[in-house]
Amino acid sequence: MDFADGIAKIGMKRKWNWPIWVGFAVALGGLFSYGFFARFPITRDFPWANLLLFGIGIALLLLGLFRAFGRPQLYRGKIFGSIFTAIAMFLISLFSYEIFYVLRQVPASTGAPRIGQLAPDFFLLDQSGKPVGLGDLISGPSGPKAVAVIFYRGFW
Amino acid sequence: MRSFQQRLSDFDARGIRVVGISVDSPDVNRRHSQKLGYTFPLLSDPEAKVIRRYDVLHPRAGPKGADIARPAEFLIDSSRVVRWVNLTDNIAVRARPEQVLGAFDELQRTGQ
Repeated sequence: MDFADGIAKIGMKRKWNWPIWVGFAVALGGLFSYGFFARFPITRDFPWANLLLFGIGIALLLLGLFRAFGRPQLYRGKIFGSIFTAIAMFLISLFSYEIFYVLRQVPASTGAPRIGQLAPDFFLLDQSGKPVGLGDLISGPSGPKAVAVIFYRGFW
Repeated sequence: MRSFQQRLSDFDARGIRVVGISVDSPDVNRRHSQKLGYTFPLLSDPEAKVIRRYDVLHPRAGPKGADIARPAEFLIDSSRVVRWVNLTDNIAVRARPEQVLGAFDELQRTGQ
């Protein structure tokens, strides 16, 4: 930092600024692990696991930048550290936009059958090509008491 | 869907049938139920007729702007009356099996 320190470092290779690399890797991990965490309701309903990884990643990147700019004679990373941090911030913004805005654009479904109303009948093919009706489902030989009908987006 | 398969014995024990509906073809549904080990029916509504009838259509939300179903769950009793509904406002947040089982148990308890 000071003059003597600077003199001592002249000609020496600057140190590897690991928090920048690790921080960037952790932030990317936060992005790409969404598919994994989305398999469990507890981490899908609110993506806290991904946000935690983003937080750790950004903290490390900032630490790396602080070292790169604070002690440039000792640490590398002023330029690539800034680029990596900008990329990570951009990806996190994109993720947040998807999770906190796009996923919430669900139609209101004001005409959906409500509690106490008669459920519309249906007659559709199941996965073995066999036609199944709502009537069959609620009046089977075993005398089922109810049917849980789950509409889902599909696998396409 | 995975979580409903895991709790299927609890649904069976109460006499509740579980059924999924989407725009996927029976072929896609067969492949997926084999791959993921689903033993309950996945029904195919390729033209989203039933999905429209239930007003749970999500227009142009699928690939290439296809109309698909938004996530929604209904508990229907043996006289075809809706007893419980869940219409999420977030695609990622769907009903958990415990919610449906809990709603059923509550209805049984209150004698409705």
